[in-house]
Amino acid sequence: MAPDPYFFLIIFCGVALTFPVMPLALAWLWRRFFQPPKPGPAKNATYECGVESLGEAQIQFHAQFYLYAIIFLIFDVESIFLVPFAVAFTGLPFGAFVAILIFLLLLLEGLVWAWGKGCLNWTK
Amino acid sequence: MAPQIDEGLRSELQKQGIWVTSMQELYNWGRKNSIWPLQFGLACCAIEMIATAASRYDLARFGGEVFRPSPRQADLMIVAGTVTKKMAPQIVRLYNQMPDPKYVISMGACAISGGPFKQGYNVLKGIDRYIPVDVYISGCPPRPEALLHAFMELQRKIDGQRLTGTPKADHLEATHPSEFPVPEFGAHDLQPPANPALFHPPEIHR
Ligand code: SF4
Repeated sequence: MAPDPYFFLIIFCGVALTFPVMPLALAWLWRRFFQPPKPGPAKNATYECGVESLGEAQIQFHAQFYLYAIIFLIFDVESIFLVPFAVAFTGLPFGAFVAILIFLLLLLEGLVWAWGKGCLNWTK
Repeated sequence: MAPQIDEGLRSELQKQGIWVTSMQELYNWGRKNSIWPLQFGLACCAIEMIATAASRYDLARFGGEVFRPSPRQADLMIVAGTVTKKMAPQIVRLYNQMPDPKYVISMGACAISGGPFKQGYNVLKGIDRYIPVDVYISGCPPRPEALLHAFMELQRKIDGQRLTGTPKADHLEATHPSEFPVPEFGAHDLQPPANPALFHPPEIHR
């Protein structure tokens, strides 16, 4: 009799469970019978190069940083899209051409905005 | 280490292709051949430690090449260099943050006693004032061979640690502390200047 085609899935799940659970179980047994756990205030603290950590990890970035996001979209993400656009330019249907133009237009607005804000000026 | 298996019987069995071992031997064999040091250096000795880890001296031959940048994953702290009083609390804290079993190699004259800077107002006169040291290496700086020797000494020590009975390995003893008090900055010195429970300088009888 041929084995059930889903039988492999059961084996797969079994291995996938055993693999992580076995070391955990062994570690637990080791702790239980040989090595007593020794937690402590420094050991349980956040690690930061040996000094006590300051402040919160969940800080929020200021909304001002949206300008960096705009610049990143224009000069990094857009260029990635421009290359395939340029390669496939002659063979594009009209709809796709319009879609990419709208995309470019949106980013162009961003460029104008960033320019107007003075982000592209060199500070001396 | 007390032999748990008769050596003659064991070699006889080995000739027949049968290997016998004990849990303790297996445990220690695994531990001593993959000692992961904490990646940090303090002064000129650290350069020798780097040389030891690099290809010419190749600490990897002894299983110690995996320098960990976090104490969470380290077994061994190589105190390589001058310990200033400003740095000492951080070192003790890093030691506290390492999980058991953990070992310390005190590398060079500075880490042992303050070395050439012993008279300095800002140099700790030996890291063994605050944390227990397993192997000391003399020298200024010790050559990479000396660090390798210390590493082998440590492996020998690990190999001799017992899993059961007395004396057991320190980290298996429930009463043996895993964290030691971190010194504070005082007006003139670290407070306390040494951990009295740990630091027993040799007495000079005249
Ligand atoms: S023992 Fe010598 S080589 Fe090592 S840190 Fe001290 S001064 Fe430098």
